[in-house]
Amino acid sequence: MPEAHRAVEAVWRLESARIIAGLARMVRDVGLAEDLAQEALVAALRQWPQAGIPPSPGAWLMATAKHHAVDRVRRDERLRRNVDLLGHDLRARQQEAVFGGSPDLDAVADDDFVPDDVLRLMFVACHPVLSAEARVALTLRLIGGLSTAEIARAFLTAEPTIAQRIVRAKRTLAEKEIPFEVPPASERPARLASVLEVVYLIFNEGYTATAGDDWTRPELCYEALRLGRMLAGLSPGEPEVHGLVALMEIQSSRMRARLGPAGEPIPLLEQNRGLWDQLLIRRGFAALLLAQSLGRPAGPYVLQAAIAACHARARSAGETDWAQIAALYELLGRVMPTPVVELNRAVAVGMAFGPARGLELADALAAQPELRSYHLLPTVRADFLAKLGRQEESRAEYTRAASLTRNEAERAVLLERAAASSRREP
Amino acid sequence: MRFLMTVTAAQAPDEKMMTEMGQLVEELTKAGVVLATGGLDQSGTRVCAVDGKVTLTDGPFTEAKEAILSFALVDARSKEEAIELARRFWQVARTGEGRIQQVYGPE
Repeated sequence: MPEAHRAVEAVWRLESARIIAGLARMVRDVGLAEDLAQEALVAALRQWPQAGIPPSPGAWLMATAKHHAVDRVRRDERLRRNVDLLGHDLRARQQEAVFGGSPDLDAVADDDFVPDDVLRLMFVACHPVLSAEARVALTLRLIGGLSTAEIARAFLTAEPTIAQRIVRAKRTLAEKEIPFEVPPASERPARLASVLEVVYLIFNEGYTATAGDDWTRPELCYEALRLGRMLAGLSPGEPEVHGLVALMEIQSSRMRARLGPAGEPIPLLEQNRGLWDQLLIRRGFAALLLAQSLGRPAGPYVLQAAIAACHARARSAGETDWAQIAALYELLGRVMPTPVVELNRAVAVGMAFGPARGLELADALAAQPELRSYHLLPTVRADFLAKLGRQEESRAEYTRAASLTRNEAERAVLLERAAASSRREP
Repeated sequence: MRFLMTVTAAQAPDEKMMTEMGQLVEELTKAGVVLATGGLDQSGTRVCAVDGKVTLTDGPFTEAKEAILSFALVDARSKEEAIELARRFWQVARTGEGRIQQVYGPE
């Protein structure tokens, strides 16, 4: 790609969310807003390499997109009626300036970027009428400014599949007439949960790639972190948003320590803590304090962040406060009663009060259908069995765990542990 | 990718510039781009070492062209993005000189 094109794309990725959001407020259709913004990007790719990047690239893209919007509305009577129907809107003055044929686009320039527009866009892109994978793709596209090709690469999916997913998601939003708004108070907790879920899904796909040869895809973690920080800036009064940011900052701090030289995963307790990124840890602590200072009962993300903070505070694995972590998992189990949380509690209890207690809790989970093909249950059991000296059972569990994971790097580690258990057999 | 942006020469800021700079930093912090910023005391100590033998010279270093006045540590997705951020900074800071360097380490 020529250098000038890369510069245009850099501007695009910084500006696209605000541009699409601003346009969506005007045309009340996220899909159309994105089309218009894309047309402006194409124009920029054509003009900037010769003319240079304008002093206010965001404003340039917005003005160009608005010109396209005016053209489009003039050509399309139906669209015009839709927009006219919105005449009663508080922003009628602005729409008149944009769609009434007024050449004075500057009249509305001051109001082009309303921070809340990006928040609205996030809520719409993560609307529960869409499937989780559609929400993820649409969020990366509309707010992250990623191209379809980049999203496809990050998720090891074919580009046409992602393109289809985005087209269908936009169509669904239009058909269901999802309003471009921050949801009313009654819907807000559920809708916010949906946004946070999408951000954390993106993060986790990067942090522990569920499939493929690489165990992590840091660029996805980075996108999620950025989305989270942006969300925290837009809705500072929501403790769970800060909780999620804290969780992601602290987990990201271990990025360099959790991969061995051959790309193999290194478990938390065996990591070189000197490689943990103290800047991200401090940011995580700050976000967690902010969440706790809002004085509301701790939700799932705040609790998970508090657990991550316990690990971050321990200078060595041996100094970990496992009793505190076990207590936090118990609280987490009350707000998020899932077998995976229970399994993590089993690990913490085993570390705090001995492998026999941990194994007991893990064994109680064996009947859970959700965990039947989850490789971490046999991994946890194998760890406890090895500590209890039951090497043969341990080896069998490691082998089973290896057969269940879809990640190659992780499989190799588990098979190595199975072999180690065999060597310890009497 | 992290980039360290440093300023080695800058015109004296007026009130308007200070306000605009405050807004820019706030906006970029909220966007998750700026990780840390700071201004540096010019009366530092120069450390010079030859074979482990250290010589100290007290500042100020106002004469030295390479002395860093202020810095911003930013998270960017590419070098081009970091350059675009610098462009924004200098649109507010107007006249001066600085550097953009990638920080090795966390991607």
